Amino acid sequence: MTKDFSINVEHVTRVEGHGNIILDVKNGKIKKVEWQVSEAPRFFEAMLRGRNYDELQPITSRICGICSIGHSLASLKATEDALDVKISKQTGILRRLAINAENMQSHILHVGYLALPDLLDVGSVFPLVGTKHKDALLKIVKLHRLSNVMSDLICGRTTHPIRLVVGGFSAIPSKKQLLDLKKELVEGLEITKEVADVVKSVAGNFPNFKRETEYIALTSNNEYALYDGVIASTDTGKHPDYKNYEKIMNEYFVPQSTAFYAKHARDSYMVGALARFNLNNKQLHPVAKKVADMFGLKPVNYNPFMNNIAQVVEFVHNIEDSVNWIDILVDEGVRDEQPNEVKLKAGRGVGIIEAPRGILIHDYTLNDKGRCMKANCVIPTNQNHANIQKDMEEFVPQIIDKPEKEIELNLEMLVRAYDPCISCSTHYLDVKFV
Amino acid sequence: MKTRVAFFDFSSCEGCQLQIANLEEEILDLIEIVDVVSFREVMKEHSNEYDIAVIEGSIMRPMDEHRLRKIRSRCKILVALGACATTGGINKIRNQWPVENVIKEVYKDADIKDNEFFNAFQTKAVNEVIPVDYYIHGCPINRDEFKHVITSLALGKKPVIPTYPVCVECKKNENVCLFELGKYCLGPITRAGCNAICPTNGSPCDGCRGILSKPDVECVMEILQRYDLTYEELKSRCTLYNTNVFNPKDGMTLVRRSKND
Ligand code: SF4
Ligand code: SF4
Ligand code: SF4
Repeated sequence: MTKDFSINVEHVTRVEGHGNIILDVKNGKIKKVEWQVSEAPRFFEAMLRGRNYDELQPITSRICGICSIGHSLASLKATEDALDVKISKQTGILRRLAINAENMQSHILHVGYLALPDLLDVGSVFPLVGTKHKDALLKIVKLHRLSNVMSDLICGRTTHPIRLVVGGFSAIPSKKQLLDLKKELVEGLEITKEVADVVKSVAGNFPNFKRETEYIALTSNNEYALYDGVIASTDTGKHPDYKNYEKIMNEYFVPQSTAFYAKHARDSYMVGALARFNLNNKQLHPVAKKVADMFGLKPVNYNPFMNNIAQVVEFVHNIEDSVNWIDILVDEGVRDEQPNEVKLKAGRGVGIIEAPRGILIHDYTLNDKGRCMKANCVIPTNQNHANIQKDMEEFVPQIIDKPEKEIELNLEMLVRAYDPCISCSTHYLDVKFV
Repeated sequence: MKTRVAFFDFSSCEGCQLQIANLEEEILDLIEIVDVVSFREVMKEHSNEYDIAVIEGSIMRPMDEHRLRKIRSRCKILVALGACATTGGINKIRNQWPVENVIKEVYKDADIKDNEFFNAFQTKAVNEVIPVDYYIHGCPINRDEFKHVITSLALGKKPVIPTYPVCVECKKNENVCLFELGKYCLGPITRAGCNAICPTNGSPCDGCRGILSKPDVECVMEILQRYDLTYEELKSRCTLYNTNVFNPKDGMTLVRRSKND
């Protein structure tokens, strides 16, 4: 069969930010498959020049609303690394709660509000209100609220944390508040299992597509790494030399985008929930492991669509993990402590954490007045762009005989599976059949 | 017919749109009284027929200006959502340098000359391109205020936005003033409406809701006097969110790294 068509999806919907998919087919031959990022660049690294060390977190938090806690933590770790500021054990635990809250919020928003409509064949979550899926929708809303209640308590606000400051916290939750949260988390775990069942019932609608690639994430001997760890790859193992992250994350510029692309051992690599699962699954908490088994998710899984499932698994893990940390905090006594003191000095600091969409790096050079002279941020979505492009090149020939609408939907689903936060990487998602 | 509302985003972190998703169950109340006809972040459907357009983000490129003008021509009421849209917000920090300078800092020697996506100018707030009817301030916006504004407009009423400073809310929350603790705070000159959320969580107000444009002079004076502050000095500290009222000087220029940068 020969066919001529072009797909041009401008501003792919239900992703954060602005990206386009361009597909051009002539005589059944693919002339062009292109993943474009057309978001207006926002120049954060340039804006940080000259800012005081305590302004770097509030500014970089605004790189992305969904990952504002992740950016804040990477920023604080980089600042503290540069200034040699240590943090207390309690701060370390509260920051882990913060990162869990954000991971939960981002994952449930993505799986529940953004990806699930594809599986149920509707354009958004709104129409679900009037259907048999209303109950599932209300459960998802509940879990979303639970995640936000947790951010509110730990960070002072849902988006753009207030309490996370250099050296510690500007306000600390009480023991009672933490115990109330724990109760809600325990209830939430049951609801999550029910939502996982709903996802399971439609997960067969995810395309069965595989492409071998490299996965990169933080890894740690102590825990399923989110807040702390060393860079690791499924191809090349551990890379503890964190200040030389640029040897791993080779960012390069492609003309069709306003965002950077990245590669390491191969032409592209993937970061995010699936990468973390592939590297660190043994450290998942027990219920999370069970949920992974329920979906048949096993490492190394090379199906990018399974990133959605890895997010469900992580959501469960984050709840279990938070309950454990709250127990430890309450056991040892919650202290109303002040942030550790800062002594200014010149130096360079690098902070690395796992944001919901993958490994995130902030790198600052401060002068002896505590002003930022140079900054670099390596954003998860940027690291995935090349992998999205490579996936598309391999995926399109497999689906080329399907009706145009279906090709378009499949490609959009592929992009959405990566949960790209293009506003971070700068911003747009459109499929263009040119 | 229900009032039709459309959401559009420009250069932003999308955190303000996120606050709408964060209304959780209350979104369901809201869609009882309005029809959401376009909201790219959460829905695929899109319509060009709408009554209220809600704009998030700053305007940075000719292509964005063009899109914004089209939106203005289609809607009856235009609402700017969040600091990026209302004042330019954080995005305006870069306006202290020429565009070429910030492009070079981030993209080094990449060849972007012919790429219209990069055709950026100095950051503009929405009202620097087209007239704005209503403002929902904050970075991020306050969800309750958003609900109040949209509900009022859908019912044909005028929304009420505070004209007093953040300090008033801060006092109500019985916080110890940060000035007493030797810290700095922009609360005395910043528009309230966030329930003084930052000082209440132990951190200074950075003025994200904007400097009071028509301050209740007596109220502001009383607070300034209490902490022995001047309006001018406070204004000079507004280098995060209010570079539209005050251009950062001296301290900020030390960072120019080389002459031809
Ligand atoms: S105003 Fe703040 S929270 Fe809202 S979109 Fe802009 S940066 Fe994000
Ligand atoms: S100056 Fe700041 S801390 Fe003090 S009362 Fe006003 S808002 Fe509150
Ligand atoms: S306290 Fe100030 S910085 Fe914080 S939300 Fe309110 S206006 Fe914005």
